[in-house]
Amino acid sequence: MSEKVLMKGNEALAEAAIMAGCKHYFGYPITPQTEVAAYMAKRMPKIGGTFLQAESEIAAINMVIGAASCGVRAMTSSSSPGISLKSEGISYLAGCELPALIVNVQRGGPGLGGIQPSQSDYFQATKGGGHGDYHLIVLAPASVQEMFDMAFKGFNLADKYRVPAMILADGTMGQMMEPVSLDANAIETYDKPWATKGTGNHEGRNVINSLSLSPAQLEEWNVSRYERYAAIERDEVMYEEFMMDDAEICVVAFGIAARVSKNAVVAARKQGLKVGMIRPITLWPFPKEVLNKAADKVKAFLSVELNMGQMVDDVKLATGCKKPVYFYGRTGGVIMSPDEVLSAIQKIEKGEAKQW
Amino acid sequence: MFDKRVALFMGHYGSGKTFCAVNYALALARKGFPVSIYDLDIVNPYFRTVDAYKTLEKAGVELIVSPYAETNVDIPAMNAASYKMVDDKSRRAVLDVGGDERGALALGRFYEKINEENDFDCFLVVNPFRPETRDIAGAIDVKNEIETVSRIKFTGIVNNANLGEETTLEHIFYGKEFCEKLGEKLNIPVKFSAVTGRLCEKAKEKTDKVLPVEPIKYGDWL
Repeated sequence: MSEKVLMKGNEALAEAAIMAGCKHYFGYPITPQTEVAAYMAKRMPKIGGTFLQAESEIAAINMVIGAASCGVRAMTSSSSPGISLKSEGISYLAGCELPALIVNVQRGGPGLGGIQPSQSDYFQATKGGGHGDYHLIVLAPASVQEMFDMAFKGFNLADKYRVPAMILADGTMGQMMEPVSLDANAIETYDKPWATKGTGNHEGRNVINSLSLSPAQLEEWNVSRYERYAAIERDEVMYEEFMMDDAEICVVAFGIAARVSKNAVVAARKQGLKVGMIRPITLWPFPKEVLNKAADKVKAFLSVELNMGQMVDDVKLATGCKKPVYFYGRTGGVIMSPDEVLSAIQKIEKGEAKQW
Repeated sequence: MFDKRVALFMGHYGSGKTFCAVNYALALARKGFPVSIYDLDIVNPYFRTVDAYKTLEKAGVELIVSPYAETNVDIPAMNAASYKMVDDKSRRAVLDVGGDERGALALGRFYEKINEENDFDCFLVVNPFRPETRDIAGAIDVKNEIETVSRIKFTGIVNNANLGEETTLEHIFYGKEFCEKLGEKLNIPVKFSAVTGRLCEKAKEKTDKVLPVEPIKYGDWL
């Protein structure tokens, strides 16, 4: 009958991870991502994989380090407070040059916050979270289909560059149901000669470690990793342009906020306002170039986020402050309506908006 | 389809139990029954009966729901007034039970009285476009797991075949056949198909057992 099935974002992501070759999942329950773990618990035993509910988030991420060291596709998932707990381990993954997939189905923060959807872990995902000189590849899905597709993308990119990748979703993306096509995306495989899976009679041994006894060597590791980061920034940027051809106001939004904003852009167009949207799909690498080019054409930018404006500075930097950047957001688990975004657009149009 | 005092909606996680229960309660109210809907969902954090609060209130359906539903209080709580479902026999009771066997656990308090009164329909809500109930064997597993925990036997199957807004008549008829096959295996009749308003008239040409359903409005962004 139908090629498509109806799935929750969390389920689609979990199924995709399995299809992408992930046989090692380590998790710990937290709303609103628990369905990822629940789905893995049901499916992993059926395919001969490992589902392990760890004693804590910290244990789970360290198990990911262990599994990834052996060269297998490993993942963990959590929601905001749980990702804070995992942050030390994420830094270690980066330091050990290990590919792995981390999923954050964001909820309101800071602290224990609440269980409703949010995008307030933008800083944490794109600017660190853990310590040290590192980046995560950060993917921001805006539909259940993208939750599915990005699990493949995340694993592929992580393996290609030997870096951890994060899917930065939010509670709505995790919980909402939509039709999904479960066609497997391409699985890219890369040799992992560094993996600790036996010497195979070769000389020497593989060691996975983030500790360096020599500052010069640690510097060399960091510099060589940043060469890979430069390649990622050059080759792996993803974004969507919507009605940008003649746009005078450019909305910048990702994930659920982009979905709301899309409706607002359509409504604004019906009123004759020339509005478009650029949706970053990779939050790191950030789509700097397309935003910079847009800054030569549009009058203003409006960053729409489910937080207090964490992406605004990135938009300003990308556009070289050539045009004013405004902000509209809701936080704490509240989702804005398209009407609210529309009135933020109208305020800019009338010159009544305050710059962020 | 409407002849029993208590109607339970159970099924696989995400099969559309809330959706069917809310629309069933609205249909009962339209027929003039005094009706209460009980949200017994202790599994799902988002997308609850409370989203349909205004529609239910306008139709005169009483909503008994945990005061913590759709708040940040993440605990599997039920409203104390839930006892009304078995105590107040003057009202129709529609029970929206959480998904899978984990959700059915919430019936532990009530199953003895429901079985004793023996004036209930227990609906197995099935959407064959959900991955785990795409085949008959999967649907049978879900049914058995739920019954083991709920200790209430299913009396009917509800065909809720849908792909959200992409649903067509073909999906609904495929679901009807799927549910009939499932019903034969389980010896449980298919009671009705839940059909979205725009497809109702066409669906009625092929089957008279249709519950017209309207989507619950969660937000303009969906």
